[in-house]
Amino acid sequence: MRSPVLAGADAPAAAAPPQQHHAAKGAIRIENVDKLYYAREGPVQAVSNCSLDIRAGEICMIVGPSGCGKTTLLNAIAGFHDITGGAIYLDGQMLCGPDKPKAEPGPDRVVVFQNGALFPWKTNLENVAFGPVMQGKLTPRQAAEKARGMMADAGLGDVEHNYPGEVSSGMRRRVEIVRALMNDPKVLLLDEPFRALDSLTKSVMHEALLEIYYKNKVTIFFITHDLEEAIFLGHRVAIMTTRPCRPKKILNVDIPHPRNYGVLTSPRFRELMEETVSAVHEEAVKAFEAGEKEM
Amino acid sequence: MANGKLGSSHGEIGAWEMFLYRFSRWLRSPTPYLMVVGFVLFFGAWYLLSEVFKVWRFASLPGPHQVLVEWFNPNPVYGMSLYTPNYYMHVWMSLRRVIYAFVISTALGVPFGLFLGWSRNFREFTFPVFETLRPIPVLAWVPLAIVMFRSDETPVIFLTTLASFYATALNTMLGVQSIDESFPRAAACLGASRWQVFRHVIIPGALPYIFTGLQISVGVAWFSLVAAEMVSGEYGLGYLINSSYVNVQYVVILIGMISVGIVGYLSSALVRIAGDYMMQWRVRELALGGGR
Repeated sequence: MRSPVLAGADAPAAAAPPQQHHAAKGAIRIENVDKLYYAREGPVQAVSNCSLDIRAGEICMIVGPSGCGKTTLLNAIAGFHDITGGAIYLDGQMLCGPDKPKAEPGPDRVVVFQNGALFPWKTNLENVAFGPVMQGKLTPRQAAEKARGMMADAGLGDVEHNYPGEVSSGMRRRVEIVRALMNDPKVLLLDEPFRALDSLTKSVMHEALLEIYYKNKVTIFFITHDLEEAIFLGHRVAIMTTRPCRPKKILNVDIPHPRNYGVLTSPRFRELMEETVSAVHEEAVKAFEAGEKEM
Repeated sequence: MANGKLGSSHGEIGAWEMFLYRFSRWLRSPTPYLMVVGFVLFFGAWYLLSEVFKVWRFASLPGPHQVLVEWFNPNPVYGMSLYTPNYYMHVWMSLRRVIYAFVISTALGVPFGLFLGWSRNFREFTFPVFETLRPIPVLAWVPLAIVMFRSDETPVIFLTTLASFYATALNTMLGVQSIDESFPRAAACLGASRWQVFRHVIIPGALPYIFTGLQISVGVAWFSLVAAEMVSGEYGLGYLINSSYVNVQYVVILIGMISVGIVGYLSSALVRIAGDYMMQWRVRELALGGGR
């Protein structure tokens, strides 16, 4: 199954299961999850009987057309709203389930939002330092010191004292990812974080994200509707059906990490694209015909 | 990078530097000159209508020249000018009442509005009452105010506070409701408790609306103050205007009116400056956005 043509991979490391090179934390088990909510037009089954295992330390890409219910799934994991059936576990511990429909949001699962949620009234440094101070883990001074170090590592040292509104949107996204990582989370939940960026900035962000991932090794749950992005970044790509949302096809991306942009032109990448593009297209057509509004 | 555009090599822009920067930009823009043209047109029209052509209905209105002469007269005909201590007494009494009213309405209105926006339960049981009281005009409260507060000063302050309070509370509530849902969510993800979310997200997030509310509130305070002073009290610009009317001293009425205008303008400018000071992030964002 593994292709010998592995562009962009200078290390001989194979597409090893991510559990091998770091501690197994951040495994998410989604078990028969349902989400029914009541919209103005009546009940909507956003997620139905959805099961998915996300391995500790992997980048799991969730692909589906806009409004298919993938954000609903993310919100359930993050604890922003309840589920109406099934259960979600993090490292074997139930986040939400039959007796507890809504998970408690917490720093073990930090979300990076689609439109960005850096606090515009705090400087970038204050934003990054925010989590540990709120949790009482670090004093503001210690947190600022740690934040400074992490921002420098991510090449953000120059914008420490700027407000988010003063820097480019790509820069803001990176600050937000660093803000999440400050909390040493088990899982990063990314909700189409690069959607609003132009394609050139996006490609820079992809490499920046991978670089951050290689240093930090967290589980990444990444929602997108961009198949190319999904295959480029992910260990696995789950293609979701449109409302109700559940995995339609799970693709193992056997291109080894670390990856760089050379991967995009490799034959294996093209093969994987071809293998999946029709499945994604099918769902997009369904979503389009249903005329679903974005959620 | 946007960094460095304002000489922010150390990242910090002093309030004074920011002020100079904005002031010099203001001077280079058409704004100040248009402002002068606006005033000239206004006073010119008034002058021509009332003093030169004495147009019907404007004939009995004192002209700007007449008003200015009296206002700057060391020996005023009606005993009221920049040279008489009495004038400052009136201005000061009004100003003091507005300050009291503004402080009280802000101290009550901002927390009230924050809770209205933040807590659904609180809103559901207080907002209908609030909305019923709000349309009742200040003047309708005058008799009750006089009955309830038996001193000279408190009824006026009460009436002035009332209208300001509504403006502040309502805008603060809208401010809380305008906060993007992802901010409190992000804070919760980062481990903030409900109280910390309130302190670090809700309050700063609502600040732009709060300051809009405070600017409206200070303006509303001035006009309800004048209304209140016309009914009660023995000092203040509203009282001055009303008593000059009774004594047929029309020039003094206009001195009183212009004084309210100027002090009112200055007080809302002060609120705006305070707002800019507290929301540096916004000032900097706007400055980089290329401005108006």
